Amino acid sequence: MREFRYERPTTVAEAIRAVAHDPEADFLAGGTTEVDLMKDGVLHPDLLVDITRLPLRGVRRNGTMLQVGALTTMEELAADHTLAERAPFVVEALLRGASVQLRNMATIGGNLLQRTRCRYFRDPAVPACNKREPGSGCEAVNSVARMHAILGASPACIALHASDLAVPLVALDAVVHIESEEGERLVPLTQFYLMPGETPDRENVLRHGELITAIDIPLPPEGTRSLYLKIRDRASYEFALTSAAVAVIMDGAVIKDARVAMGGIGTIPWRGFEAEEVLREAPATPETFRSAADGTIRDPFLVPGTAFKVELAKRTLIRALTEVTS
Amino acid sequence: MTTLTVNGTEYPLDLADPRVTLLDALRDRLDLTGTKKGCDQGACGACTVLSDGRRVLACLTLAAQCDGREITTIEGLESHPMQDAFVRHDAFQCGYCTSGQIMSAVALLGENRAGTDADIREYMSGNLCRCGAYSNIVAAVREVARHA
Ligand SMILES: Cc1cc2nc3c(=O)[nH]c(=O)nc-3n(C[C@H](O)[C@H](O)[C@H](O)COP(=O)(O)OP(=O)(O)OC[C@H]3O[C@@H](n4cnc5c(N)ncnc54)[C@H](O)[C@@H]3O)c2cc1C
Ligand code: SF4
Ligand code: FES
Ligand code: FES
Repeated sequence: MREFRYERPTTVAEAIRAVAHDPEADFLAGGTTEVDLMKDGVLHPDLLVDITRLPLRGVRRNGTMLQVGALTTMEELAADHTLAERAPFVVEALLRGASVQLRNMATIGGNLLQRTRCRYFRDPAVPACNKREPGSGCEAVNSVARMHAILGASPACIALHASDLAVPLVALDAVVHIESEEGERLVPLTQFYLMPGETPDRENVLRHGELITAIDIPLPPEGTRSLYLKIRDRASYEFALTSAAVAVIMDGAVIKDARVAMGGIGTIPWRGFEAEEVLREAPATPETFRSAADGTIRDPFLVPGTAFKVELAKRTLIRALTEVTS
Repeated sequence: MTTLTVNGTEYPLDLADPRVTLLDALRDRLDLTGTKKGCDQGACGACTVLSDGRRVLACLTLAAQCDGREITTIEGLESHPMQDAFVRHDAFQCGYCTSGQIMSAVALLGENRAGTDADIREYMSGNLCRCGAYSNIVAAVREVARHA
């Protein structure tokens, strides 16, 4: 690990200033991505600004919204009663991610900013990785890929966004509070992430020195049923091969309204707008679910190792919809 | 000087170079070698300790982040029933993962999540055992949870 300086400011303004004025500085939250990648030699900040003791922790109810401080841990948010009652799929996504130890450390802000698990990105001995070294090529496209994206990918990068939490949050139209020396701005999570295109090193709209201070989670109407289904190589403590976050309002056997997002398939957490269109005012039947799935997984970018995800993703969504509507 | 509080004792620590993880501080500086280094990357759970009562991974925690926190390691458990249960159920072979397993299991009891075997498996999944002593680990945890 390269040498760095460590600072722990006590105010948000000081933390922002410290990072904004040093191009090589990073924020440090739970450290489960940052310290891990520093050990790997992928990240090498010269200054770590520890934000874990800033007063940005806790969950507040604000009308039909939950405002979650960016430094709330995954375990703390998973224990929130309102969330469990009104949007249980968010709690399910949290508890199916990582392990208890990691979730006690990992913060909500950090979770949304976690870096891809692409093993070539995480291994500086691999020369070709456009995300790590812009312009160097993409090893995953040319050799073995499996835990990679099939939607939103480009020949320059097929890295997956691996957050489970982000999947139900994009389904609910969560909003990110971002603070900088210029003030605060709000960005919907559905517009926060950037697809790789030719610049896979740019993953989201955050500029250097901008701090996520909170996430707003709009609560779905009472009576909404929701579910997070995660398909993976082992029963627990593993990233998703595919996952689906679904929330529906039913009127008998008819779906009045639906929200759909998928994980494990996109370079960004994938909102299923097409599926929602198909589901709205439609009968809850296998045919409806199949066409929702076909509408979501369109024009995939495939390499041999990821081709299996097309049918797996469709069946994941169909199963999630079947379970949540029955 | 940073002060690290481990098992109720305060240790002064020179962190002029802040690269020291909590795990390395415990093992190399404080001579508390009960906490093990498996992967050193947050994947195996061998380094599990409690920070203010919550289980965390010492390998991904910087020592500098710990001042003001109460750290508890396996050395800080005073003949906890979980240790005894691990011995009686033969819940290990090489023993390398064991202190992490026990710290995790002790935290699990406090979280009230040891109701069923399925829950024990799920909430202990962050602790890998290469010797595959899982069924005996579950048996040990189940027994202590039932008598808790
Ligand atoms: C073994 C393992 C298994 C895992 N399994 C899963 C899983 O199954 N599902 C899943 O979703 N995740 C999983 N994760 C990822 C984990 O959830 C993330 O590493 C974690 O959520 C990151 O949060 P953190 O607080 O530790 O962030 P940090 O590591 O502290 O920070 C991450 C990045 O975000 C920046 N940052 C952090 N907070 C802010 C902020 N408020 N404003 C601006 N920038 C900020 C940091 O500078 C850094 O670049 C796993 C991780 C490990 C190590
Ligand atoms: S998929 Fe993206 S992160 Fe992985 S090697 Fe290619 S460019 Fe790098
Ligand atoms: S040594 Fe910390 S998790 Fe493996
Ligand atoms: S007893 Fe050997 S790793 Fe668990």
